[in-house]
Amino acid sequence: MNTNVIYMDNNATTKVAEEVFEEMKPYLTDLYGNPSSMHTFGGQVGRKVDEARDRVANVLGAEYSTEIIFTSCGTESNSTAIFSALQAYPDRKEIITTRVEHPAILSLAPYLERQGIAVVELKVDSKGMLDLNEYSHFLNENTALVSIMMANNETGVIFPVEEMARMARERGVLFHTDAVQAVGKIPINMKDSAIDMLSLSGHKLHAPKGVGALYVRRGTKFRPFLRGGHQEKNRRAGTENVASIIALGKAVELAAGRLTEENTVVREIRDRLENGILERVPRAIVNGDRENRLPNTTNISFEYVEGEGILLLLNELNIAASSGSACTSGSLEPSHVLRAMGVPFTAAHGSIRFSLSCYNTMEEADYVIENLPLIIERLRAISPYWKDGQPIMEFEPTYG
Amino acid sequence: MWDYTDKVKEYFLHPKNVGVIENPDAVGDVGSISCGDALKLMLKIEEGTEKILDAKFQTFGCGSAIASSSVLTEMIIGRTIPEAEVITNQDIADFLGGLPKEKMHCSVMGKEALDAAIADYRGIDLKHIEEEEGPLVCQCFGIHEKFIEKTVTENDLRTVEDVTNYTKAGGGCQTCHPAIEDIIERVWKVKGQEVHVKEEVPRKKPSMTNLQKISLISETIEKEIRPALKQDGGDIELIDIDGNEVIVALRGQCSSCVSAYYTVESIEEKLREMVSPDIVIQLQSD
Repeated sequence: MNTNVIYMDNNATTKVAEEVFEEMKPYLTDLYGNPSSMHTFGGQVGRKVDEARDRVANVLGAEYSTEIIFTSCGTESNSTAIFSALQAYPDRKEIITTRVEHPAILSLAPYLERQGIAVVELKVDSKGMLDLNEYSHFLNENTALVSIMMANNETGVIFPVEEMARMARERGVLFHTDAVQAVGKIPINMKDSAIDMLSLSGHKLHAPKGVGALYVRRGTKFRPFLRGGHQEKNRRAGTENVASIIALGKAVELAAGRLTEENTVVREIRDRLENGILERVPRAIVNGDRENRLPNTTNISFEYVEGEGILLLLNELNIAASSGSACTSGSLEPSHVLRAMGVPFTAAHGSIRFSLSCYNTMEEADYVIENLPLIIERLRAISPYWKDGQPIMEFEPTYG
Repeated sequence: MWDYTDKVKEYFLHPKNVGVIENPDAVGDVGSISCGDALKLMLKIEEGTEKILDAKFQTFGCGSAIASSSVLTEMIIGRTIPEAEVITNQDIADFLGGLPKEKMHCSVMGKEALDAAIADYRGIDLKHIEEEEGPLVCQCFGIHEKFIEKTVTENDLRTVEDVTNYTKAGGGCQTCHPAIEDIIERVWKVKGQEVHVKEEVPRKKPSMTNLQKISLISETIEKEIRPALKQDGGDIELIDIDGNEVIVALRGQCSSCVSAYYTVESIEEKLREMVSPDIVIQLQSD
């Protein structure tokens, strides 16, 4: 077991906060009752689940606690939102989303298209931003749902979902946002929002894996995704993942309390890391709009090297990060997000994402700044595209 | 995290024979930066004996690409060209204690670089070889038919996924998958085996006239829905059909049942399954 790690992969998953674990622990051991039971032993657990619901509602600024449906993960929340809208509006045959959504949304497209649903994927520019004119052009009375992520998991780029939700509402179209990366990092207030549905996930904000939530605005037409029981007011069947739901309630509350820290302390560490790397490594480029971005994420491309090699060498130093390179994912093409942004192949294969949390320190950032330039240098020394600190452009090999 | 063998890790972390040979006797350039990996193999070859005196490489690519390149140089130094020529991509993978199947193309790239270097040494015009490559199959990664055929034959590949793992072909937009399926079936036919890799095309429901739709709706209600409701002491009456809207009334036990909402939903589901996915049920209340 290796727990001695500089963990900079918090957009992948996070550690369960101590306070969160303490809160959930009794519900794994002593208080194991079923919240649906008639007896006090179970009933007391039900009250605790409702308390968690109140906490999530409160942090999202929801008007009613019943607008929160607990699910098993962000992916389930997303699927629930999409299939609910399609079943509630069967005569509407279009969905609008973006080319840079999480696979939880994007990989539904081929399936939906087979069912006769047209999936419009909005393009992004080189900074990863959307064109709202294009969006407005596609919105129409045949649109069953718009599903746009609040912040991108790879680049951290934040989309203007509030404005887009207002545009959808004016046209009488439902709006869903995948806020899995955004909750706890940027402020959210559903009371004053035009967003109809919002997905969040526990393990991205220091709750355990296997729990998520879907906010559904009161009055929104809804059809359940999972049937088979009365739980969650008939909207999501299955015995509640009690301990994790309680953990999620605690985690969102903690996250709300740390929102300022996230946008000051964590942002400062991120900026130091990013600037430190850019100063020391030639031909390094930040991917995504640096202004409209989550405070914890930086995505940097190192030209003429391949991302997997970087990750493996970082791993030797117990530094955990991730890459948009093809080789790390098992697919053969680099990240769909970077390709949608038109990042050239020379850079897309060598992209590394560092995503921080409040548990990271300046010392850790400095350690990465100190070591990463050596790693890039080492790999460029092996690369046929690099010589004496410069890329060799005339070397254009062809395949066998 | 890839399940790399210790040998792969060792050759990635401490690769042997990295670098450039000045005035090499043979060079093999394969891959490209857009494809995500590239290998430049340089050889020093003794005249007369054709013995490979030295081999160096430069690689752009993942850990297993660097490791495959490095072991290739180790394997060929000291061998003569005819001895080196018989090395297969599987030999490279075996030398490393195996590669994850998604990474087999790294060993194939090593083999390709070796072939290219030997062709270069023999003065074979690569352009001439290109003419024999056959048609371009995979646009995304620039893979030709002959190369896929050869890899399928040598490695006994049976699925498109295998072909992608070994050659990268089909790993991008996927439009060439049918062409790859053809190649696999053809190669196995030559080997004397019938292999079916083609996907069955799902049959589409033909579109209906209004009259056909109406009769199918009432038939579905008669044969499927009413008998089910009758079991619970209920009944259903078809009031009207307006486009995709089917107006019904529930009778008997059903009319007063608290779960009427669910009954309506299951009727809707049945009609969507049997008639059209666009059907909506409207309940007529008394």
